[in-house]
Amino acid sequence: MNAGIDVPQIQRFGALYIASARLKSMSKWKTIIAAVDVGNPLFYLIAVGIGIGVLVEQGSGTSGTNGIKYIAFIAPALLANTAITGIMDETVFPTIEGFKWRKLFFAQNSTPITGRQIAIGVYLAALCRAIFSVTVYYILLLAFDVVNFGISVLLMPIAVLGGGAFGALMLFAAAKIEKEDQFFNILGRLVIMPMFLFSGTFFPLSSMPIYLQPIGWISPLWHATELGREAAFDYGISSTMVIVHLAFLITMLVTGLTLATRQFEKRLAK
Amino acid sequence: MSKPLISVRGLTKKFGDFTAVDGIDFDVAKGESFGLLGPNGAGKSTTMRILAATSTRTSGTVEILDKDPELFGPLVRAHLGVVPQQDNLDGELTVTENLYIYGRYFGLSKKFIKGKIEELLEFAQLEEKRDVKVEALSGGMKRRLTIARGLVSEPDILLLDEPTTGLDPQARHILWDRLFRLKEQGVTLVLTTHFMDEAEQLCDRLVVMDNGAIMAEGSPSGLIKEYSSKEVLEVRFGSDRNKEVAPQLSQMCERMETLPDRVLMYTEDGEALLEQIMQAKLHPTTSLVRRSSLEDVFLRLTGRTLIE
Repeated sequence: MNAGIDVPQIQRFGALYIASARLKSMSKWKTIIAAVDVGNPLFYLIAVGIGIGVLVEQGSGTSGTNGIKYIAFIAPALLANTAITGIMDETVFPTIEGFKWRKLFFAQNSTPITGRQIAIGVYLAALCRAIFSVTVYYILLLAFDVVNFGISVLLMPIAVLGGGAFGALMLFAAAKIEKEDQFFNILGRLVIMPMFLFSGTFFPLSSMPIYLQPIGWISPLWHATELGREAAFDYGISSTMVIVHLAFLITMLVTGLTLATRQFEKRLAK
Repeated sequence: MSKPLISVRGLTKKFGDFTAVDGIDFDVAKGESFGLLGPNGAGKSTTMRILAATSTRTSGTVEILDKDPELFGPLVRAHLGVVPQQDNLDGELTVTENLYIYGRYFGLSKKFIKGKIEELLEFAQLEEKRDVKVEALSGGMKRRLTIARGLVSEPDILLLDEPTTGLDPQARHILWDRLFRLKEQGVTLVLTTHFMDEAEQLCDRLVVMDNGAIMAEGSPSGLIKEYSSKEVLEVRFGSDRNKEVAPQLSQMCERMETLPDRVLMYTEDGEALLEQIMQAKLHPTTSLVRRSSLEDVFLRLTGRTLIE
């Protein structure tokens, strides 16, 4: 063997090799990804900013939203939700494809690359997608004069953290399931949709009956949204709660990623 | 003799109650072309996944290049080229992109891979398809690309799981020719197959597997010599009469197998035996004298045919 294989180097950088391969695959879809990431925020900003927002403010002014313009109130949630759906697309589909549809992971694992590195590589590439989507959205928020450039840039890392926490769990879930068709139904209708509606996205969580509020408590979207509102508008959240929100998201991210890397190794070694 | 590249002792793999591989032993020497021959479900692919340092074993020992693949997976895999039963190429990427990305997984330099790609495209006869998306290739081309991909890191051992299953006869012959070239270059090949002609063409030595166990081991010609006669006379009397005439036929040869559609008679001289049958006025509807093959060895060892 004289090809110059450096195993210690692969052990250090293997996850990055996987991530760059994933980005290369994603780049084949760049037109669609760009259209989605620009189109989606445009639709929301027009519909909510011009349509629903005007209606809300005619009804109750800004008293229900701590004095914040309605479109600005929901902007951190829209941003976090964009990170969540972006990262979900780039973890769930590649993972099911990698294990089942085209078995790419088995090809990758027949090189010195490990299951753990594959999991982390897929995750890193998904984070890149989330960063791209969130950046595009943030630029549009500036363009629509929803937020002012400044401290509100913090909305971006917060949204990516929210997406990253959810994405880590999705990476694990997608590696765990064997039958994907029911999974997509459950995920779309019973996880994503209720999370989007009941995470304090369109109205403060506290305005919901108490028995519905736990949906928000376990939702990464709610935690990221609250953090975003505090960062961008000084929303009036206690510093204790800021720590709680951060701790929740980081715990979810670390737990999800740990479970996912284990599940990848287990399933590849079968 | 130098130390074997692969050494397997008492290898067992269980999935729950099911024993897929049941205590097998074998060695593979450097430069050798070694085959695992057996029907589907014999445990060949499971054995291959363990040799590929990707699957765990239940018990036994395995050493590949002096290392336990379960403990040193990445180190062992750095020396292997793996061609799985099902092509797992990235269909969205082009031929060269597939080779390039795979080479990067071995941490190879861009310069090295770029040079290697040219060599491999020629080897796989895919020069004209270099910028074509993989999903547009034919089955035979995909197979050749998968083999080329396995060679990108200049492996010490190439593992091929059912290399020509699902290919048409012409594509199979092209592939055999490519693999034969590798063999001539001194690449150690380990392959599984349920085609006896493939095993005869490509293997210096092979083991016959059935139900997770090794039934026999040797060179193709050695196995034929040991377990079969020189020639085989195949006679057909029509499906109803095959059984009827069987008792009479069995008196005429050393060994006989009655299959649903034909009777196989093992003998040193097929023509003479056929003459004898004619004289007995049994009149088969068709007859064929051929040399014994590994198929006959398998039939002798297991009482079953390889492809059922």
